[in-house]
Amino acid sequence: MKVMSPKDLEKLRKELLERRKHKQVIAVCVGTGCVALGAQKVVEAIKDEVKKHGLEGVVEVRETGCLGMCELGPMLLCFPDEIPYFRVKPDDASEIISKTIMKGELIERLLYRDPITRELVSKVEEIPFYKYQLRLLLENNAKIDPRKIEDYIAIGGYSALAKALFQMTPEQVLEEVKDSNLRGRGGGGFPTGRKWETCRNAPGKPKYALVNCSEGDPAAFKDRALMEANPHAILEGLIIGMYAMGAREGFVYVRNEYPLAAEHMELAVKQAEKIGFLGEDVMGSGLSFRVGVHRGGGMFVSGESTALMSGIEGKIGEPRPKYIHTTVRGLYEKPTNLNNVETWMNVPLIISNGAGWFKKIGTEGSKGTKVFSLVGKVSNVGLVEVPMGTTLKDMVYKIGDGVKNGKRLKAVQVGGPGGGFITEEMLNIPVDFDEMVKAGTSMVLGSVVVLDEDTCIVDLTRYFAEFLSEESCGKCIPCREGLRVLSKILNDICEGKGKEEDIVMIEDIAEAMKEASLCALGSTAVNPVLLSLKYFRDEYEAHIKIKRCPAKVCKNLKGEN
Amino acid sequence: MGKTIVLKIDDKEVKVKEGMTILEAAKRAGVEIPTLCYLEGLEPYGACRVCSVEIERRGRSRIVAACCYPAEEGLKVVTRSPKIDKIRKTIIELAGVMAGEDVAGETRALASEYHADLSRFRARVSMEPTKCILCGICVRRCIEATWDSAIGFIGRGVNRRVVLYPERAGTCAICNYCQRVCPTGRISSTGPDPPFPHVDDVLSGRK
Repeated sequence: MKVMSPKDLEKLRKELLERRKHKQVIAVCVGTGCVALGAQKVVEAIKDEVKKHGLEGVVEVRETGCLGMCELGPMLLCFPDEIPYFRVKPDDASEIISKTIMKGELIERLLYRDPITRELVSKVEEIPFYKYQLRLLLENNAKIDPRKIEDYIAIGGYSALAKALFQMTPEQVLEEVKDSNLRGRGGGGFPTGRKWETCRNAPGKPKYALVNCSEGDPAAFKDRALMEANPHAILEGLIIGMYAMGAREGFVYVRNEYPLAAEHMELAVKQAEKIGFLGEDVMGSGLSFRVGVHRGGGMFVSGESTALMSGIEGKIGEPRPKYIHTTVRGLYEKPTNLNNVETWMNVPLIISNGAGWFKKIGTEGSKGTKVFSLVGKVSNVGLVEVPMGTTLKDMVYKIGDGVKNGKRLKAVQVGGPGGGFITEEMLNIPVDFDEMVKAGTSMVLGSVVVLDEDTCIVDLTRYFAEFLSEESCGKCIPCREGLRVLSKILNDICEGKGKEEDIVMIEDIAEAMKEASLCALGSTAVNPVLLSLKYFRDEYEAHIKIKRCPAKVCKNLKGEN
Repeated sequence: MGKTIVLKIDDKEVKVKEGMTILEAAKRAGVEIPTLCYLEGLEPYGACRVCSVEIERRGRSRIVAACCYPAEEGLKVVTRSPKIDKIRKTIIELAGVMAGEDVAGETRALASEYHADLSRFRARVSMEPTKCILCGICVRRCIEATWDSAIGFIGRGVNRRVVLYPERAGTCAICNYCQRVCPTGRISSTGPDPPFPHVDDVLSGRK
């Protein structure tokens, strides 16, 4: 059936809700983390049990995207009571059906046990990991199967699109997004509404709107998780944005290393076309929108806007000089608006609930929530979403339950290879675009990596430089040669071959890279180097002068004493 | 197009047509900005970064590549300053890592002018000198001359190289353009004995 009006959509939604009214649901996380821990076998075992008990029409086994707490996967939720079970094994399936589903009994060994009170917790919101989060973008993950558009429609999906198309002019949509103060989640934090406006007002047709899912920094997996879990929300945001900007064509750029995300998005586009949210005469509005999914080769540098656009054009994914913004001259030299996955996902929420609602969340300068992968030496590794303004300290200690194995915290690394280090004394920094820039990390990207006392900062910095020396496109001299020399010097230092003059050399190279590189890969590549030198100079000096690695990581060097 | 704009380059007022780059405007004004990957007639490429200049716009200054940045009304450009000179020196020294000390042409001249020690960083990294700085002029010139480049880039990051594609070697028109435009003197001859080390190996069946 095609949805040809907002009324049709509402009717369809009611039908879908009616159909699932009396159903019990077991939502099993089949996000990347849980799958690696064997979630697929759990799904099969539960499905077998459902069949064995003849419950096929009554109990739905839903395969969902990431539910967050990767540390304790495989994880599942039993609806309607939303009982969370962790570390579920296929052998647990029969009990889950015979006890929890059929009798409403709890299975204690699968419940979360509070590490301090030792009490069992049967409500998601009472688990500390979830208690301190605000899950606006992630909360629907448990409610939908990303492969079913019906699930998304049932929870109110595409009603924001209907509202935008039928109750608002493109200008009003633009104003709403501008008014919300939504800022780009890809790192730069540029006001989204203003970016849209530049694109809308730029001369030249056609215009393009693009989704950036080329998340390449090691340790970040939030865009991946978002697209795997809820592709329709991203698509809905994109279509609303295209309407506001006067674009009729859009592309979703997904790196090929994210096969599940790409597959779910491709499926989402097909389903949206079939039901009439894409294609000709969308929802009877007379407007047509087309979206293509582009699988990228997966270079780190392809996340850079001009490199990404070259990639879609079929060229090598290399950055080009962009002194004229891509919003004016981008894909095929036409006005192009590129936003991160997470940015697009916020759009339907803003249109549905209004800019006023959105502005109530967060800080003065940064509104809404921010999704991170919380990883490294932290007790609760997972996917988290916090309101802007949450301190890193709360993120590490309240949500993450502190450093793993009772070790001491050394620093928190944010923003990946172009980001920086936050020391223990600075942990009260809130998640906020401007505060993070003040701390010198220049970007709020997708990952928060907790480093404990056993981490060698020099070694980690060496890793980043080496990673980037291979991931740089190699086009401009400062970035390519700068990284070649930096990674050699850092390698030497880690091998006990460091020299006193190395630090001057590093600083000279860093200056040239920062000021003169062609794109942000080169200019931000020096952040970890410069910030580690600023905060952990003593570690460098120990490596260079007395050939000692305080963290006992560098093999050719002595340990603490 | 065709609008005239006024900008200041090293305190000289310059009138140019809209759409010109800082580099082109500077040429008009007789101000020399060094370049390695720029060649008149080819699209600006922005790879060597030695044309970095300081600009001031709306009270904020930053460093941009003169070959790519469009001249704007009221723009203030500084082409020489201790900061700019130091950055250029570092860039030339970095170029020496891959190219080696034995370079000729523009690169050699610039190294002398900016007192760049081509072995400063090179001494730390042991790699075979290629005499190439990957400015890409030969590749871009080749595309223009033959409509189907016989040479091109392979690899990325520190593994980037210019090679002659063996299967396209036949398209080489032996026009010698690439030799003439090479700013390091790497390409000393073309045609039957192409000076691309990797290609020599491929053609002679050694790899």
